[in-house]
Amino acid sequence: MAEHSSIHGVVADFDSPDTLLDAVRAARAKGYTKMEAYTPFPIHGIDEAMGAKQSILGYIVLCGSATGLTTAILLQWWTGSIAYPLVISGKPLFAFEFGFPIMFELTVLLSAFAAVFGMLGLNGLPRLNHPIFNYSGVAGSSDDRFLLVIEASDKKFDANETKDFLATLGAEKLEVIEA
Amino acid sequence: MSKHHHHDVPKDSYEIPTSTWEKGRNIIVAVFILGWVAALAGYSLDHKQFFPSYLVAFFFGAGIAIGAALFTMIQHLTGSAWSVPLRRLMENIMMSMPILALLFLPVAFGLHELYEWSHPGIMKTDALLAKKEAYLNPTAFYIRAVVYFVIWSFWAWRLSSWSRAQDTSKDLNLTFKSERISAPGMLLFFLSASLASVDWVMSLQPHWYSTIFGVYCLAGGMWAFFAILTFTLLRFRANGILANSVTVEHYHDMGKWMFALTVFWAYIAFSQYMLIWYANLPEETSFFMVRRSGTWETVSGILLFGHFAATFLFLLARASKRNLNVLRFVTVWILCMHYIDVYWLVMPNFSKAGVAPHWMDAACFVAVMSTLALGFWWRLKSAPIVAVGDPRLEKGLEFQNV
Repeated sequence: MAEHSSIHGVVADFDSPDTLLDAVRAARAKGYTKMEAYTPFPIHGIDEAMGAKQSILGYIVLCGSATGLTTAILLQWWTGSIAYPLVISGKPLFAFEFGFPIMFELTVLLSAFAAVFGMLGLNGLPRLNHPIFNYSGVAGSSDDRFLLVIEASDKKFDANETKDFLATLGAEKLEVIEA
Repeated sequence: MSKHHHHDVPKDSYEIPTSTWEKGRNIIVAVFILGWVAALAGYSLDHKQFFPSYLVAFFFGAGIAIGAALFTMIQHLTGSAWSVPLRRLMENIMMSMPILALLFLPVAFGLHELYEWSHPGIMKTDALLAKKEAYLNPTAFYIRAVVYFVIWSFWAWRLSSWSRAQDTSKDLNLTFKSERISAPGMLLFFLSASLASVDWVMSLQPHWYSTIFGVYCLAGGMWAFFAILTFTLLRFRANGILANSVTVEHYHDMGKWMFALTVFWAYIAFSQYMLIWYANLPEETSFFMVRRSGTWETVSGILLFGHFAATFLFLLARASKRNLNVLRFVTVWILCMHYIDVYWLVMPNFSKAGVAPHWMDAACFVAVMSTLALGFWWRLKSAPIVAVGDPRLEKGLEFQNV
């Protein structure tokens, strides 16, 4: 690890989604686990090929919604029947009938917050730069190129060996990128 | 894209094997005969019980057909590809419309048994009802019913027959024509189905009104439509039909729709309840007064926890929407809950004292649903069970949730 601290990884540049997918499978078969693909559009099956786990975002959202629901119940119950009890149009001090719209809205609001901010957090965003931009051909990944990066944090990573391995998979361009 | 994932997937036949079809037909015909014999026996034994029982069954079937039509039109309007492999089955369910027109006859025939407002004497003496007489009178009721069935059958027939014509002609214009009539179709279906809910169910309690009632019925009907479509596809799959064409990706999407409509129904049901509870006007609360007393309150509770809360939890996780065993259970659950919902709308008007299940409820249900099933089954034989001429079919077959 230490000797690679200034290297982000090795990038292999492919010309089609199919060669990229084959390369991902080959890299996984070889034992690499820390990799990332950069493509102009979503590619079916690449998550499974890379062994990407299901995101935990759903659970974060669930926590957000539970917090919203609890807050709404406590807020309405406490303000209406403890802090400032006041009978309005003959209704009970607290009832689920009138409390539910607020419960629904706060549940949705905090779920949405949890989803957006949780997603940003899990993606490590916001950030000012990413090492992939050190690759000379990075612009192609939003046009017609399909990039695979094997990252230096991978246990099997060795700049020269990894580069040689990726060369056998049909990459049209290979580059070691700085961290 | 990435074709090589799919070239090794075996292709399905888009025809139902004759032996399977004949077996299915024999079962449905047997149930059909049994159901109608029981329903007719019920009618001659106790016609006071027959008409409400029949109305529940009829409204259950009609809601599903309307849900199928609305969803088919949404698919045309949005140019959806994922649903194309399922669309022929939706069209076959939607084509229940002309049969439903026939099945409506007992409701029309039982007008005086079912609807208090059909008796001119009551309408004249009751100040509130007198004001509604221009709308709630037998002639207007019959004319409106004819208009509903003409609209529904015409749209269902156009969309279904164009889709079938496209099987052989592959004519792209049929896709555009279907898109074009779906826009006015959506508007007309929403309006006419809302009014039909008012005519057939809401007017059972003619003093009461709720402007959201039609949407409530549409939401439930569409929910049940997805359940019956998914259940049918799972049964097909168990028999090796469309097992490779309709994948877990399609089931996942149908699970999302069932989940969305679970929430939508609850949203509408709650909106109706909350506004009535808050305003607390006797004219409006009468509906919930009877449904919050005695054993009817238990049924209301079943709807709150079973129709909404339990289904919400069943379908919340992505994993459960992609698990076909969970989905099979949920579809049956949904159909039971939807039946209880329709029962809860109709029956308290006839047995205010409490829930009184009757064997005729089951008999009428079997009679009506087997009649619709028979029509569905016959249409499976008259054309491929997948819209093979649709330009989006290939894309729909390869669809994946990203």
